[in-house]
Amino acid sequence: MSTPRARFTTRIAPGWWFVAPALLLIVVFFAGPVLAAIGLSFTDFDLYALADPGAARWIGLRNYARVLHEPLFWQALGNTLYFAVVGGPLTIAASLGAALLVNARAVRWKSTARTVFFAPFVTTLVAVAIVWRYLYHPRYGLLNYLLGLLHVAPIDWLGNPHWAMPAIILMATWKNFGYNMLICIAGLQSIPRELYEAAALDGASAWQRFRHVTLPMLAPTLFFVVIVTMIGYLQLFTEPYVMTQGGPLRATTSLVLYMYEEGFRWWRLGVAAAIAFLLFVLIVAFTVVQRWLSPRGMAGA
Amino acid sequence: MSSSRARGERLSSVALHGALVVFGALSLIPLLWMLSASFMATGEASTFPPALLPHHPTLAHYEDLFGRLALGRYALNSAFVAIVTTAGALMINAAAGYAFAKLRFRGRDRTFRVLAAGLAIPVQVAMLPLFLLIKSLGLVNNYGGVIIPGLSSIFGIFLVRQYALAIPDDLLDAARIDGASEFRVFRSIVLPTIRPVLATLALWTFLATWNDFMWPLIVLSDDRKYTLPVALAGLVGEHAQDVELMMAGAVITVLPVLILFLMLQRYFVEGVTEGSVK
Repeated sequence: MSTPRARFTTRIAPGWWFVAPALLLIVVFFAGPVLAAIGLSFTDFDLYALADPGAARWIGLRNYARVLHEPLFWQALGNTLYFAVVGGPLTIAASLGAALLVNARAVRWKSTARTVFFAPFVTTLVAVAIVWRYLYHPRYGLLNYLLGLLHVAPIDWLGNPHWAMPAIILMATWKNFGYNMLICIAGLQSIPRELYEAAALDGASAWQRFRHVTLPMLAPTLFFVVIVTMIGYLQLFTEPYVMTQGGPLRATTSLVLYMYEEGFRWWRLGVAAAIAFLLFVLIVAFTVVQRWLSPRGMAGA
Repeated sequence: MSSSRARGERLSSVALHGALVVFGALSLIPLLWMLSASFMATGEASTFPPALLPHHPTLAHYEDLFGRLALGRYALNSAFVAIVTTAGALMINAAAGYAFAKLRFRGRDRTFRVLAAGLAIPVQVAMLPLFLLIKSLGLVNNYGGVIIPGLSSIFGIFLVRQYALAIPDDLLDAARIDGASEFRVFRSIVLPTIRPVLATLALWTFLATWNDFMWPLIVLSDDRKYTLPVALAGLVGEHAQDVELMMAGAVITVLPVLILFLMLQRYFVEGVTEGSVK
C-alpha cells in the first residue's frame, strides 16, 4: 500500500501525531513563556513598551536589584512563607484528623462524612472567600459571636494586621483539608492490619498504636503532602485579593499578589517577571527539600 | 472486665462520633450560612446576635442579580468557557496520555521526563509573557485567550497515561492485525476502555476552569465578558455592604460545582488518589 497518506504516516511515527497537539500547546503557551519570563526580567518592559515592544531595553540584573531593595518584596516574601509554613502543616493536621475519624473502625456514616469534608474543596475560591469575609465581620460575624459565647473579646479578624494572616490561614485550612484527607485515607488503608493486631496483642493502647504504628507508617505520605501543600500555598493570591486587598498595612500581600500589582496594575512587566522568577526559585527550593525528604517511591514523578 | 471494656468502647464511639459531628459542622456551617443569608431581607445578616435563618425568606436578591445585575450573563460566560475547555482538553490530553503509555516512538521517554519536570514550575512564572503572547495574537478580552492556554495540561496527560498503561497490548495488536489504523484503534478501542479516567479528567478540568480566577481576571477586560468569579469579585467591590446580595451571588457561583460534585463524586475521589501516587 503506498497511498500518499500511508507514506506520510510511516515517515513520522504515529505516536508523535497523538502527542503533537498537546506538546505544541504546552511549548507555545507554557514552556515558551516560562523561558521568555527569564528574558523579560532582564528588561525594563513597561506601559510604553506595551504599546511599542521596541521601546523595551535590556537592563541586566537591575530589576532584581530593585526588587531586592524593596521593603515590600521582603514583606511579601515573609507573608508568603508565613502562610505556607504555618498553613501547610495546619491543613495536613486537619486532614490527618479527619482521615483518622473517617477511617476509624467504630465510625458509621463514613461515606457521608467523606463527602461533607471534601465539599469545601470543590467550591469556588472567590465565592467562599467572600462568605468568610462576612463570617469574620468584627460585629456581626458568626465567628466572633461563637467566640463571644466562650467569653472571647471580639477580634477584628481582617482589619488587624496581626490577625489578618491567621484569618486567611484558617479559611484556607477549611477550604483545602478535604483534599489531603483523601490522600491520608489511602495511606491509612495501606498500613497492614497485622501491625495493629500485633500491637493490640502486646497490650498497646489506642494512643500507643497511633504513635508507634500509624505515625511511622504514614510519615512518608505526610512529609510528601505537607511539602506539596506548602508549594501550592506559596502561590497564594485569590484569598488576599478578595478578602483584604493585601492589607491591612500590607500584612497579607503575597508574592503573587505583589507580582500581579507590579505587572498588571502598574504594567511594570520587567519588574513583575523578576518577582515571578524569584518565586520560582523559592518553589524549586521547596521541591528539592521534598525530593530529599521523600523515601524512594514517594518522590512524585 | 468485659463490661468495663464494652463501656470503654461505647465511650470512645461516642467521642469519635462527637468529633465527626464537630468536623462536619465546621465544614458545612460557612456553606449553610451562605445559603441561609442569601434568602434574608436586606440588612438582616448584619444584626447582633447573628441571624441564622431568614425571618421571611425572600428571593429578592436572586431577582436583583439576574435582573438588574445581569449575573445570568456571567453564568453563561463561565459555562461556555468551562465546557469548551473541558471538551478540548479531553481530546488533546487523552490522545497524548495514551501515546505516552502505549505507542512506541523515538524520544518518547525523554519527552515525558521533560514534561514531568515541568510540573514543578508554577503557572504564574509563565503569566507575564503569556499575556504579551495573547495580546499579540489579538486574544486579550477574548474567550480564546482564556480557553487556549488551558487546553493542554501536564496533569491531565499524567492522569490518562497512568490509566492507559493498564490496557493489554494484545487488545491493541489484535485490532492492528485486522487492519485498523492507529486512529481507529484509539477511537474504537482505547477511548471506550479509558472512559472512567476521561470522566475524572473532564470533571477536574471543568472544576478548575469554572473556579479559576487569576487568569480570566488578567485576560478579560470588558466587564460584559467576565466569568462568574471575576464578576463576583468586582461586585463585592461595589456592593460589599449588601451581605445578602453577595451571598446570593456566591450561591449562584458555587451551586453548579457542588451539584456536579455530589452527583459524580466517585470520579473526583479517583482524581485525587490517582494524582497523588503518580
